[in-house]
Amino acid sequence: MRYGPGQTVRVAARRHEGHHRTPAYLKGKRGTVERVHARFRNPETHAYGLDGLPEQPLYLVRFEQEDVWGEYPGIAGDRLYADVFEHWLEEAE
Amino acid sequence: MSPHDHDHHEDDHGHEPLTNGDEPVTAARVRALGELLVEKGVIGREDVRQRIDWLVSRSPVDGARLVARSWVDPEFKQRLLEDARSAALELDLDPGPSPVVVALENTESVHHMVVCTLCSCYPKALLGPPPDWYKSVPYRSRAVADPRGVLAEFGVQLEDGVEVRVVDSTADIRYLVIPRRPAGAETLQEEELAALVTRDSMIGVAIPVAPTPVAA
Amino acid sequence: MERAVHDRGGWQTDAAIDRREHELADWEVLMDSIVGTLGQSGVMNVDELRRGIESMPRAEYETASYYERWLYSVETILAEKGVLASGELDARLGT
Repeated sequence: MRYGPGQTVRVAARRHEGHHRTPAYLKGKRGTVERVHARFRNPETHAYGLDGLPEQPLYLVRFEQEDVWGEYPGIAGDRLYADVFEHWLEEAE
Repeated sequence: MSPHDHDHHEDDHGHEPLTNGDEPVTAARVRALGELLVEKGVIGREDVRQRIDWLVSRSPVDGARLVARSWVDPEFKQRLLEDARSAALELDLDPGPSPVVVALENTESVHHMVVCTLCSCYPKALLGPPPDWYKSVPYRSRAVADPRGVLAEFGVQLEDGVEVRVVDSTADIRYLVIPRRPAGAETLQEEELAALVTRDSMIGVAIPVAPTPVAA
Repeated sequence: MERAVHDRGGWQTDAAIDRREHELADWEVLMDSIVGTLGQSGVMNVDELRRGIESMPRAEYETASYYERWLYSVETILAEKGVLASGELDARLGT
């Protein structure tokens, strides 16, 4: 597992044709690893008749809502969490 | 093939109508699909029946039991927060097919809300099937971008200084909110506490309320 | 960033959330159970179900009900796998 809890990461801002589980609104956003989950079959291949192996590491990543949205209508300090696969994360400052 | 075997017409040799009362045309298509797949040996009739039985027996009562136990037993609560799947099994509850279930604890400073923006991922083994609104485009769109607006729409009043945390259930993990034990519920027994825990409070769009005492 | 039809987080909308409750109809329970059984039998998995739903044209995705999307997906994926022949289900319905 490449990343650890507390590490700053960025969600890749790349295009992906076809099934994948990284939501558009998080692409390119900076967050912090909250939790290291286990490994799971890769949905990007598992969705196309392949076995989804090797399993890919999955992380719970924490984002400050103010970092996700240009004009967040809530309160500073509100947070958003999402499960993101390792191959969608990059190191960040 | 019907969830209500007492009302089946499997011996009818008549042509099944394309609509049946107020069901959409889709209903006949789904039934025909099921029959076709069973006839072709792709799926077993008994397997489908068992899944129907499983689905219709799922309800928020199971999730509520987890919550109520965590309210009266602090060590259970710790185990629940570490591994909700195992905690459910401890109470003889079915945690469902997901390999990982995570319990999110609401506190005096944090309120959680769960959504699946990409589809409808939901801990249905512990809560029953999700409500339509959870699967709807407006909820999936607004829960992440304006959670406080959505909470207001659901009539939830949060105290000052409470941080809102939205969890977007994007992969294999299933999330369940553990709401706060309401004030005024200190003398209730575990079963009475479980009755206060609603499905919506375990999604994070409602807060359990203690019953008001009956005036003498 | 362009997004697929199902990818709705933060999608601009002022629509109110319709909170009416609706108990699943028999055919919806059946649809859910067919999919679950296909999964359990290793014929079609949940990622394929999602991929099939995501392949719906936008207008159809938005007007179809939840389990109508599942039906679309199962027909699409099973046809792709050769489990269902083209037109086989229509023939059975006499349509």
